[in-house]
Amino acid sequence: MNMLKVTNLKVSYGGIEALKGISFDVEQGQIVTLIGANGAGKSTTLRAISGLVKPASGSINFMGQDITNLNPQRIVSTGISLVPEGRRVFVNLTVKENLKIGAYLRQDKDEIEETIQDIYRRFPRLKEREWQLAGTLSGGEQQMLAVGRAMMARPKLMMMDEPSLGLAPLVVKDIFSIIRDLKSEGITILLIEQNANAALRCADFGLVLETGRITLTGTGESLLNNEQVKEAYLGAD
Amino acid sequence: MFQTVLPYILSGISVGGQYALIAIGYTMVYGILRLINFAHGDVFMVAGILMVYITASGVPLYISIPLVLVLTALIGFVIERVAYKPLREAPRMSIMISAIGVSYTLQNLVLYITGGLNQQYPTVPWISESVTIFGATTKVVTLITPVLTLVLVVMLVWLINHTKVGMAMRAVSKDFETSQLMGIRINSVISATFVIGSFLAAVGSVLYFTNYTTVIQTSGAMPGLKAFVAAVFGGIGSIPGAVVGAFIIGICENIIKGLDIILIKAGISSSMLGLTTFSDAFTFALLIVILVVKPTGLFGEKTTDKV
Repeated sequence: MNMLKVTNLKVSYGGIEALKGISFDVEQGQIVTLIGANGAGKSTTLRAISGLVKPASGSINFMGQDITNLNPQRIVSTGISLVPEGRRVFVNLTVKENLKIGAYLRQDKDEIEETIQDIYRRFPRLKEREWQLAGTLSGGEQQMLAVGRAMMARPKLMMMDEPSLGLAPLVVKDIFSIIRDLKSEGITILLIEQNANAALRCADFGLVLETGRITLTGTGESLLNNEQVKEAYLGAD
Repeated sequence: MFQTVLPYILSGISVGGQYALIAIGYTMVYGILRLINFAHGDVFMVAGILMVYITASGVPLYISIPLVLVLTALIGFVIERVAYKPLREAPRMSIMISAIGVSYTLQNLVLYITGGLNQQYPTVPWISESVTIFGATTKVVTLITPVLTLVLVVMLVWLINHTKVGMAMRAVSKDFETSQLMGIRINSVISATFVIGSFLAAVGSVLYFTNYTTVIQTSGAMPGLKAFVAAVFGGIGSIPGAVVGAFIIGICENIIKGLDIILIKAGISSSMLGLTTFSDAFTFALLIVILVVKPTGLFGEKTTDKV
Protein backbone atom coordinates (compact mmCIF):
# COMPACT_ATOMS: atom_id res chain seq x y z
CA MET A 1 0.00 0.00 0.00
CA ASN A 2 1.26 3.45 -0.84
CA MET A 3 1.54 5.42 2.34
CA LEU A 4 2.96 8.58 0.83
CA LYS A 5 2.32 9.66 -2.71
CA VAL A 6 4.21 12.62 -4.12
CA THR A 7 3.01 13.77 -7.53
CA ASN A 8 4.77 16.22 -9.83
CA LEU A 9 6.12 18.25 -6.90
CA LYS A 10 7.71 21.57 -7.75
CA VAL A 11 9.37 23.88 -5.24
CA SER A 12 11.03 27.22 -5.99
CA TYR A 13 13.21 29.41 -3.84
CA GLY A 14 13.26 32.99 -5.06
CA GLY A 15 12.76 32.10 -8.69
CA ILE A 16 15.11 29.12 -8.69
CA GLU A 17 13.44 25.75 -9.10
CA ALA A 18 14.85 23.42 -6.47
CA LEU A 19 12.45 20.63 -7.41
CA LYS A 20 11.39 20.44 -11.03
CA GLY A 21 8.41 18.15 -10.69
CA ILE A 22 9.24 14.91 -8.92
CA SER A 23 6.91 11.98 -8.35
CA PHE A 24 7.47 8.99 -6.12
CA ASP A 25 5.67 6.71 -3.69
CA VAL A 26 6.68 5.41 -0.32
CA GLU A 27 5.24 2.04 0.53
CA GLN A 28 4.13 1.34 4.07
CA GLY A 29 6.68 -0.48 6.22
CA GLN A 30 9.60 0.15 3.89
CA ILE A 31 12.79 2.11 4.08
CA VAL A 32 13.06 4.41 1.11
CA THR A 33 16.21 6.41 0.55
CA LEU A 34 16.85 9.52 -1.47
CA ILE A 35 20.42 9.86 -2.67
CA GLY A 36 22.05 12.58 -4.66
CA ALA A 37 24.69 15.29 -4.58
CA ASN A 38 24.52 18.46 -2.56
CA GLY A 39 21.90 20.80 -3.93
CA ALA A 40 20.06 18.03 -5.77
CA GLY A 41 16.89 18.83 -3.81
CA LYS A 42 16.86 16.07 -1.19
CA SER A 43 16.33 18.30 1.83
CA THR A 44 13.84 20.40 -0.09
CA THR A 45 11.78 17.29 -0.73
CA LEU A 46 11.57 16.50 2.99
CA ARG A 47 10.94 20.14 3.88
CA ALA A 48 8.07 20.29 1.41
CA ILE A 49 6.51 17.09 2.76
CA SER A 50 6.72 18.37 6.34
CA GLY A 51 5.20 21.72 5.36
CA LEU A 52 8.21 23.91 6.04
CA VAL A 53 8.23 25.10 2.44
CA LYS A 54 5.14 25.52 0.29
CA PRO A 55 5.24 23.73 -3.05
CA ALA A 56 4.79 25.82 -6.19
CA SER A 57 2.72 23.01 -7.66
CA GLY A 58 2.10 19.30 -7.41
CA SER A 59 0.54 17.32 -4.62
CA ILE A 60 1.49 15.33 -1.56
CA ASN A 61 -0.87 12.69 -0.32
CA PHE A 62 -0.40 10.87 2.96
CA MET A 63 -2.57 7.89 3.85
CA GLY A 64 -5.34 9.06 1.57
CA GLN A 65 -5.27 12.65 2.83
CA ASP A 66 -4.09 15.61 0.76
CA ILE A 67 -1.48 17.35 2.90
CA THR A 68 0.01 19.58 0.20
CA ASN A 69 -0.93 22.89 1.73
CA LEU A 70 -1.27 22.02 5.40
CA ASN A 71 0.95 23.84 7.88
CA PRO A 72 3.70 21.93 9.70
CA GLN A 73 1.67 21.53 12.90
CA ARG A 74 -1.16 19.79 11.05
CA ILE A 75 1.23 17.59 9.13
CA VAL A 76 2.92 16.38 12.32
CA SER A 77 -0.48 15.46 13.67
CA THR A 78 -1.19 13.26 10.63
CA GLY A 79 1.75 11.08 11.65
CA ILE A 80 4.80 12.42 9.81
CA SER A 81 7.89 13.36 11.82
CA LEU A 82 11.08 14.88 10.48
CA VAL A 83 14.48 14.40 12.06
CA PRO A 84 16.04 17.52 10.63
CA GLU A 85 19.49 17.90 9.17
CA GLY A 86 22.07 18.84 11.78
CA ARG A 87 19.89 17.25 14.51
CA ARG A 88 18.54 20.60 15.71
CA VAL A 89 17.93 19.44 19.27
CA PHE A 90 16.86 22.28 21.57
CA VAL A 91 20.21 22.99 23.20
CA ASN A 92 18.64 25.08 25.97
CA LEU A 93 16.25 22.32 27.02
CA THR A 94 17.15 19.25 29.03
CA VAL A 95 17.25 15.84 27.38
CA LYS A 96 13.95 14.94 28.98
CA GLU A 97 12.32 18.21 27.91
CA ASN A 98 13.48 17.59 24.36
CA LEU A 99 11.63 14.28 24.46
CA LYS A 100 8.56 15.84 26.05
CA ILE A 101 8.40 18.52 23.42
CA GLY A 102 8.40 15.82 20.77
CA ALA A 103 5.04 14.78 22.23
CA TYR A 104 3.74 18.35 22.19
CA LEU A 105 0.54 17.50 20.32
CA ARG A 106 -0.25 14.31 22.22
CA GLN A 107 -3.16 14.51 24.62
CA ASP A 108 -2.55 11.23 26.48
CA LYS A 109 -0.42 12.64 29.31
CA ASP A 110 -0.03 9.34 31.15
CA GLU A 111 1.28 7.45 28.17
CA ILE A 112 3.84 10.12 27.32
CA GLU A 113 5.94 9.12 30.32
CA GLU A 114 5.76 5.51 29.11
CA THR A 115 7.05 6.47 25.68
CA ILE A 116 9.90 8.37 27.34
CA GLN A 117 10.85 5.27 29.35
CA ASP A 118 10.66 3.20 26.17
CA ILE A 119 13.09 5.59 24.47
CA TYR A 120 15.41 5.43 27.49
CA ARG A 121 15.47 1.62 27.21
CA ARG A 122 16.44 1.98 23.59
CA PHE A 123 19.03 4.71 24.23
CA PRO A 124 20.38 4.20 27.77
CA ARG A 125 22.81 7.09 27.25
CA LEU A 126 19.86 9.47 27.13
CA LYS A 127 18.57 8.14 30.43
CA GLU A 128 21.96 8.78 32.03
CA ARG A 129 21.88 12.34 30.78
CA GLU A 130 18.18 12.93 31.40
CA TRP A 131 18.67 16.23 33.27
CA GLN A 132 21.55 17.57 31.21
CA LEU A 133 21.00 20.33 28.69
CA ALA A 134 20.91 18.85 25.21
CA GLY A 135 23.63 21.28 24.17
CA THR A 136 26.12 19.40 26.34
CA LEU A 137 25.62 16.08 24.52
CA SER A 138 28.01 14.67 21.95
CA GLY A 139 27.04 14.62 18.30
CA GLY A 140 26.01 10.98 18.38
CA GLU A 141 23.96 11.44 21.53
CA GLN A 142 22.26 14.47 20.00
CA GLN A 143 21.36 12.41 16.97
CA MET A 144 19.83 9.74 19.19
CA LEU A 145 17.94 12.46 21.02
CA ALA A 146 16.69 13.87 17.72
CA VAL A 147 15.45 10.42 16.70
CA GLY A 148 13.92 9.86 20.15
CA ARG A 149 12.23 13.24 19.98
CA ALA A 150 10.71 12.37 16.60
CA MET A 151 9.54 9.01 17.99
CA MET A 152 7.73 10.78 20.83
CA ALA A 153 5.07 11.88 18.35
CA ARG A 154 4.50 8.18 17.50
CA PRO A 155 4.89 8.80 13.78
CA LYS A 156 3.77 6.44 11.06
CA LEU A 157 6.34 7.90 8.70
CA MET A 158 9.70 9.11 9.94
CA MET A 159 11.79 11.22 7.62
CA MET A 160 15.48 11.55 8.41
CA ASP A 161 17.76 14.14 6.88
CA GLU A 162 21.42 13.09 6.93
CA PRO A 163 21.32 11.30 10.29
CA SER A 164 24.91 10.09 10.01
CA LEU A 165 26.46 13.40 8.99
CA GLY A 166 29.50 14.33 11.05
CA LEU A 167 29.38 11.26 13.26
CA ALA A 168 32.17 8.80 14.05
CA PRO A 169 32.05 5.55 12.02
CA LEU A 170 31.03 3.46 15.05
CA VAL A 171 28.16 5.82 15.80
CA VAL A 172 27.09 5.73 12.16
CA LYS A 173 26.71 1.95 12.54
CA ASP A 174 24.49 2.54 15.56
CA ILE A 175 22.34 4.96 13.64
CA PHE A 176 21.75 2.48 10.84
CA SER A 177 20.89 -0.26 13.30
CA ILE A 178 18.37 2.12 14.90
CA ILE A 179 16.84 2.72 11.48
CA ARG A 180 16.46 -1.03 10.94
CA ASP A 181 14.90 -1.37 14.40
CA LEU A 182 12.37 1.32 13.62
CA LYS A 183 11.45 -0.47 10.43
CA SER A 184 10.96 -3.74 12.27
CA GLU A 185 8.53 -1.94 14.56
CA GLY A 186 6.45 -0.94 11.59
CA ILE A 187 7.59 2.64 11.16
CA THR A 188 8.03 3.65 7.55
CA ILE A 189 11.26 5.52 6.86
CA LEU A 190 12.17 8.09 4.25
CA LEU A 191 15.90 8.60 4.51
CA ILE A 192 18.33 11.07 3.01
CA GLU A 193 21.98 10.11 3.17
CA GLN A 194 25.31 11.31 1.88
CA ASN A 195 26.54 7.87 2.83
CA ALA A 196 24.82 6.30 -0.17
CA ASN A 197 26.44 2.94 0.34
CA ALA A 198 25.10 2.41 3.83
CA ALA A 199 21.75 3.90 2.93
CA LEU A 200 21.19 1.65 -0.08
CA ARG A 201 22.27 -1.42 1.91
CA CYS A 202 19.46 -0.97 4.39
CA ALA A 203 16.88 0.50 2.04
CA ASP A 204 14.10 -1.40 0.32
CA PHE A 205 13.89 1.19 -2.35
CA GLY A 206 16.09 4.01 -3.57
CA LEU A 207 15.63 7.17 -5.59
CA VAL A 208 18.43 9.12 -7.21
CA LEU A 209 17.88 12.86 -7.33
CA GLU A 210 19.86 15.08 -9.68
CA THR A 211 19.35 18.87 -9.81
CA GLY A 212 15.70 18.68 -8.88
CA ARG A 213 14.73 15.62 -10.91
CA ILE A 214 14.53 11.93 -10.13
CA THR A 215 16.85 10.25 -12.60
CA LEU A 216 16.91 6.69 -11.38
CA THR A 217 14.85 4.45 -9.15
CA GLY A 218 15.11 0.87 -8.04
CA THR A 219 15.48 -1.47 -5.10
CA GLY A 220 18.36 -0.76 -2.79
CA GLU A 221 20.24 -3.72 -4.13
CA SER A 222 19.76 -2.92 -7.79
CA LEU A 223 21.01 0.62 -7.26
CA LEU A 224 24.02 -0.68 -5.34
CA ASN A 225 24.97 -2.68 -8.43
CA ASN A 226 24.12 0.02 -10.93
CA GLU A 227 27.21 1.25 -12.78
CA GLN A 228 26.07 4.87 -12.92
CA VAL A 229 25.31 4.94 -9.20
CA LYS A 230 28.58 3.21 -8.42
CA GLU A 231 30.52 5.80 -10.30
CA ALA A 232 28.71 8.87 -9.06
CA TYR A 233 27.82 8.05 -5.47
CA LEU A 234 29.56 4.96 -4.21
CA GLY A 235 33.20 5.68 -4.96
CA ALA A 236 35.52 3.82 -7.30
CA ASP A 237 35.47 0.32 -5.81
CA MET B 1 24.67 58.71 57.36
CA PHE B 2 22.34 55.73 57.05
CA GLN B 3 19.40 58.02 57.71
CA THR B 4 20.49 60.27 54.84
CA VAL B 5 21.05 57.51 52.30
CA LEU B 6 18.08 55.33 53.18
CA PRO B 7 15.32 57.29 51.44
CA TYR B 8 17.32 57.27 48.21
CA ILE B 9 17.94 53.57 48.44
CA LEU B 10 14.28 52.95 49.12
CA SER B 11 13.08 54.94 46.16
CA GLY B 12 15.86 53.35 44.10
CA ILE B 13 14.58 49.87 44.91
CA SER B 14 11.07 51.01 44.09
CA VAL B 15 11.93 52.59 40.75
CA GLY B 16 14.14 49.59 40.05
CA GLY B 17 11.13 47.31 40.49
CA GLN B 18 9.12 49.42 38.07
CA TYR B 19 11.93 49.35 35.51
CA ALA B 20 12.15 45.61 36.01
CA LEU B 21 8.48 45.11 35.15
CA ILE B 22 9.05 47.01 31.89
CA ALA B 23 12.43 45.43 31.18
CA ILE B 24 10.96 41.91 31.23
CA GLY B 25 8.86 42.81 28.19
CA TYR B 26 11.92 43.98 26.28
CA THR B 27 13.97 40.97 27.18
CA MET B 28 11.27 38.36 26.48
CA VAL B 29 10.39 39.78 23.09
CA TYR B 30 14.07 40.02 22.21
CA GLY B 31 14.57 36.44 23.39
CA ILE B 32 11.97 35.15 20.97
CA LEU B 33 11.99 37.53 18.01
CA ARG B 34 15.45 39.14 18.31
CA LEU B 35 13.48 42.38 18.14
CA ILE B 36 14.02 45.48 20.27
CA ASN B 37 10.39 46.46 20.68
CA PHE B 38 10.73 50.23 20.67
CA ALA B 39 7.01 50.61 21.26
CA HIS B 40 7.18 48.90 24.64
CA GLY B 41 7.75 52.09 26.65
CA ASP B 42 4.75 53.62 24.90
CA VAL B 43 2.58 50.64 25.77
CA PHE B 44 3.54 51.39 29.38
CA MET B 45 2.48 55.03 28.87
CA VAL B 46 -0.79 54.01 27.20
CA ALA B 47 -1.56 51.87 30.26
CA GLY B 48 -1.25 55.04 32.32
CA ILE B 49 -3.53 57.02 30.00
CA LEU B 50 -6.12 54.22 29.97
CA MET B 51 -6.17 54.32 33.74
CA VAL B 52 -6.73 58.09 33.72
CA TYR B 53 -9.63 57.89 31.30
CA ILE B 54 -11.28 54.78 32.69
CA THR B 55 -11.21 56.12 36.24
CA ALA B 56 -12.42 59.53 35.06
CA SER B 57 -15.46 57.89 33.51
CA GLY B 58 -16.49 56.84 36.99
CA VAL B 59 -15.35 53.21 37.02
CA PRO B 60 -14.26 52.26 40.56
CA LEU B 61 -10.57 51.41 41.02
CA TYR B 62 -11.12 47.76 41.89
CA ILE B 63 -12.52 47.36 38.39
CA SER B 64 -10.42 49.89 36.49
CA ILE B 65 -7.05 48.47 37.58
CA PRO B 66 -7.74 44.91 36.37
CA LEU B 67 -9.42 46.37 33.29
CA VAL B 68 -6.30 48.41 32.47
CA LEU B 69 -4.10 45.33 32.90
CA VAL B 70 -6.28 43.29 30.55
CA LEU B 71 -6.64 46.06 27.96
CA THR B 72 -2.90 46.72 27.92
CA ALA B 73 -2.21 43.03 27.41
CA LEU B 74 -4.70 43.12 24.55
CA ILE B 75 -2.96 46.14 23.03
CA GLY B 76 0.34 44.26 23.14
CA PHE B 77 -1.33 41.35 21.36
CA VAL B 78 -2.83 43.58 18.67
CA ILE B 79 0.43 45.47 18.06
CA GLU B 80 2.24 42.22 17.42
CA ARG B 81 -0.46 40.89 15.08
CA VAL B 82 -0.78 44.11 13.10
CA ALA B 83 2.74 45.51 12.99
CA TYR B 84 5.17 42.62 13.53
CA LYS B 85 3.59 39.36 12.43
CA PRO B 86 3.22 40.35 8.76
CA LEU B 87 6.98 41.05 8.77
CA ARG B 88 8.01 37.65 10.10
CA GLU B 89 9.91 36.75 6.94
CA ALA B 90 11.16 40.29 6.25
CA PRO B 91 14.69 41.45 7.10
CA ARG B 92 15.18 42.20 10.79
CA MET B 93 15.56 45.91 10.05
CA SER B 94 12.00 46.18 8.68
CA ILE B 95 10.37 44.93 11.86
CA MET B 96 12.59 47.24 13.92
CA ILE B 97 11.43 50.21 11.84
CA SER B 98 7.85 49.04 12.24
CA ALA B 99 8.40 49.09 16.01
CA ILE B 100 9.57 52.70 15.84
CA GLY B 101 6.47 53.47 13.78
CA VAL B 102 4.22 51.90 16.41
CA SER B 103 5.98 53.92 19.09
CA TYR B 104 5.28 57.24 17.37
CA THR B 105 1.75 56.20 16.43
CA LEU B 106 0.90 55.53 20.07
CA GLN B 107 2.48 58.77 21.23
CA ASN B 108 0.67 60.84 18.63
CA LEU B 109 -2.61 59.09 19.24
CA VAL B 110 -2.35 59.98 22.92
CA LEU B 111 -1.27 63.53 22.01
CA TYR B 112 -4.40 63.84 19.89
CA ILE B 113 -6.70 62.49 22.60
CA THR B 114 -5.23 64.41 25.54
CA GLY B 115 -4.32 67.57 23.66
CA GLY B 116 -0.81 67.22 24.98
CA LEU B 117 -1.75 68.18 28.50
CA ASN B 118 -0.48 66.47 31.61
CA GLN B 119 -3.12 64.09 32.89
CA GLN B 120 -3.53 63.69 36.63
CA TYR B 121 -3.14 60.03 37.54
CA PRO B 122 -5.88 58.79 39.88
CA THR B 123 -4.88 58.30 43.48
CA VAL B 124 -4.88 54.64 44.32
CA PRO B 125 -5.77 54.42 48.02
CA TRP B 126 -3.52 52.58 50.46
CA ILE B 127 -0.48 52.41 48.14
CA SER B 128 -0.48 56.25 47.95
CA GLU B 129 -0.41 56.63 51.71
CA SER B 130 2.70 57.69 53.54
CA VAL B 131 4.57 55.34 55.76
CA THR B 132 7.65 55.74 57.95
CA ILE B 133 10.32 53.07 57.90
CA PHE B 134 13.57 53.36 59.92
CA GLY B 135 12.89 57.06 60.23
CA ALA B 136 12.47 57.63 56.49
CA THR B 137 9.08 58.71 55.19
CA THR B 138 7.88 57.27 51.93
CA LYS B 139 4.77 56.05 50.14
CA VAL B 140 3.48 52.52 50.64
CA VAL B 141 3.96 51.94 46.91
CA THR B 142 7.72 52.24 47.43
CA LEU B 143 7.65 49.22 49.69
CA ILE B 144 5.07 47.29 47.70
CA THR B 145 6.84 47.60 44.34
CA PRO B 146 9.90 45.40 44.98
CA VAL B 147 7.79 42.76 46.71
CA LEU B 148 5.19 42.64 43.96
CA THR B 149 7.93 42.67 41.30
CA LEU B 150 9.71 39.72 42.84
CA VAL B 151 6.49 37.75 43.27
CA LEU B 152 5.58 38.30 39.62
CA VAL B 153 9.09 37.45 38.44
CA VAL B 154 9.13 34.22 40.43
CA MET B 155 5.76 33.28 38.95
CA LEU B 156 6.97 34.09 35.45
CA VAL B 157 10.18 32.11 35.82
CA TRP B 158 8.16 29.19 37.16
CA LEU B 159 5.82 29.43 34.17
CA ILE B 160 8.74 29.41 31.76
CA ASN B 161 10.59 26.54 33.39
CA HIS B 162 7.79 24.25 34.50
CA THR B 163 4.85 24.51 32.14
CA LYS B 164 4.20 23.27 28.65
CA VAL B 165 3.74 26.76 27.25
CA GLY B 166 6.95 27.84 28.98
CA MET B 167 8.82 24.94 27.41
CA ALA B 168 7.40 25.94 24.04
CA MET B 169 8.60 29.51 24.62
CA ARG B 170 12.11 28.32 25.32
CA ALA B 171 12.06 26.08 22.26
CA VAL B 172 10.73 28.82 19.97
CA SER B 173 13.35 31.24 21.27
CA LYS B 174 16.04 28.89 19.96
CA ASP B 175 14.62 27.52 16.75
CA PHE B 176 11.38 28.52 14.97
CA GLU B 177 11.51 25.83 12.36
CA THR B 178 12.18 22.85 14.58
CA SER B 179 9.54 24.12 17.00
CA GLN B 180 7.02 23.99 14.18
CA LEU B 181 8.09 20.43 13.44
CA MET B 182 7.15 19.57 17.03
CA GLY B 183 3.65 20.92 16.38
CA ILE B 184 4.15 24.16 18.28
CA ARG B 185 2.16 27.08 16.88
CA ILE B 186 4.86 29.71 17.00
CA ASN B 187 2.42 32.57 16.45
CA SER B 188 0.54 31.67 19.61
CA VAL B 189 3.78 31.50 21.56
CA ILE B 190 4.88 34.89 20.24
CA SER B 191 1.48 36.37 21.10
CA ALA B 192 1.74 34.96 24.61
CA THR B 193 5.09 36.69 24.99
CA PHE B 194 3.63 40.05 24.01
CA VAL B 195 0.61 39.56 26.28
CA ILE B 196 2.82 38.76 29.28
CA GLY B 197 5.23 41.62 28.56
CA SER B 198 2.44 44.19 28.16
CA PHE B 199 0.63 42.93 31.23
CA LEU B 200 3.73 43.36 33.37
CA ALA B 201 4.35 46.82 31.89
CA ALA B 202 0.78 47.73 32.88
CA VAL B 203 1.42 46.57 36.45
CA GLY B 204 4.58 48.67 36.38
CA SER B 205 2.62 51.68 35.13
CA VAL B 206 0.16 51.58 38.04
CA LEU B 207 3.07 51.58 40.49
CA TYR B 208 5.13 54.13 38.58
CA PHE B 209 2.41 56.71 37.97
CA THR B 210 1.14 56.42 41.53
CA ASN B 211 4.57 57.77 42.41
CA TYR B 212 4.88 60.40 39.67
CA THR B 213 1.18 61.36 39.57
CA THR B 214 0.96 62.71 35.99
CA VAL B 215 0.93 61.07 32.56
CA ILE B 216 1.69 62.67 29.20
CA GLN B 217 2.33 61.16 25.76
CA THR B 218 6.10 61.13 26.32
CA SER B 219 5.90 59.57 29.80
CA GLY B 220 6.88 56.18 28.48
CA ALA B 221 10.06 57.30 26.76
CA MET B 222 12.43 57.70 29.71
CA PRO B 223 11.29 54.71 31.81
CA GLY B 224 11.20 52.68 28.59
CA LEU B 225 14.77 53.62 27.71
CA LYS B 226 16.00 52.97 31.24
CA ALA B 227 14.30 49.58 31.26
CA PHE B 228 15.88 48.83 27.91
CA VAL B 229 19.31 49.69 29.30
CA ALA B 230 18.52 47.46 32.29
CA ALA B 231 17.70 44.59 29.93
CA VAL B 232 20.96 45.11 28.02
CA PHE B 233 22.90 45.45 31.27
CA GLY B 234 21.48 42.18 32.58
CA GLY B 235 22.05 40.43 29.27
CA ILE B 236 19.19 40.85 26.84
CA GLY B 237 17.13 37.69 26.57
CA SER B 238 17.63 36.84 30.24
CA ILE B 239 14.75 37.53 32.62
CA PRO B 240 16.74 37.38 35.89
CA GLY B 241 19.34 39.58 34.17
CA ALA B 242 16.76 42.22 33.32
CA VAL B 243 15.47 42.24 36.91
CA VAL B 244 18.90 42.52 38.50
CA GLY B 245 19.92 45.16 35.95
CA ALA B 246 16.77 47.19 36.65
CA PHE B 247 17.31 47.19 40.41
CA ILE B 248 20.96 48.18 40.05
CA ILE B 249 20.09 51.04 37.71
CA GLY B 250 17.20 52.21 39.88
CA ILE B 251 19.33 52.28 43.02
CA CYS B 252 22.40 53.91 41.41
CA GLU B 253 20.25 56.51 39.73
CA ASN B 254 18.55 57.51 42.97
CA ILE B 255 21.74 57.59 44.99
CA ILE B 256 23.19 59.97 42.39
CA LYS B 257 20.06 62.09 42.71
CA GLY B 258 20.80 62.47 46.40
CA LEU B 259 24.57 62.59 46.10
CA ASP B 260 24.89 66.34 46.75
CA ILE B 261 23.03 66.14 50.02
CA ILE B 262 24.69 62.89 51.05
CA LEU B 263 28.17 64.38 50.48
CA ILE B 264 27.35 67.51 52.45
CA LYS B 265 25.92 65.56 55.36
CA ALA B 266 28.94 63.27 55.34
CA GLY B 267 31.19 66.33 55.50
CA ILE B 268 32.95 65.46 52.25
CA SER B 269 31.85 68.56 50.41
CA SER B 270 30.62 71.89 51.72
CA SER B 271 28.39 73.03 48.87
CA MET B 272 25.95 71.57 46.36
CA LEU B 273 28.00 70.20 43.47
CA GLY B 274 25.09 69.75 41.10
CA LEU B 275 25.78 66.02 40.70
CA THR B 276 22.04 65.34 40.72
CA THR B 277 21.95 66.34 37.08
CA PHE B 278 23.96 63.26 36.19
CA SER B 279 21.41 60.69 37.34
CA ASP B 280 20.04 60.09 33.82
CA ALA B 281 23.43 60.43 32.19
CA PHE B 282 24.71 57.69 34.47
CA THR B 283 22.30 55.14 33.01
CA PHE B 284 23.27 55.88 29.45
CA ALA B 285 26.97 56.05 30.23
CA LEU B 286 26.49 52.61 31.75
CA LEU B 287 24.95 51.41 28.48
CA ILE B 288 28.02 52.53 26.56
CA VAL B 289 30.38 50.90 29.06
CA ILE B 290 28.50 47.59 28.91
CA LEU B 291 28.40 47.53 25.15
CA VAL B 292 32.13 48.15 25.02
CA VAL B 293 33.26 45.95 27.90
CA LYS B 294 30.74 43.12 28.07
CA PRO B 295 28.22 43.24 25.24
CA THR B 296 26.46 40.11 26.45
CA GLY B 297 25.61 41.75 29.79
CA LEU B 298 25.65 40.23 33.24
CA PHE B 299 23.75 37.00 32.50
CA GLY B 300 23.66 37.05 28.75
CA GLU B 301 24.71 34.07 26.77
CA LYS B 302 26.95 34.25 23.79
CA THR B 303 24.65 33.76 20.87
CA THR B 304 25.31 33.49 17.25
CA ASP B 305 22.51 34.97 15.22
CA LYS B 306 19.71 32.70 14.19
CA VAL B 307 19.86 31.51 10.63
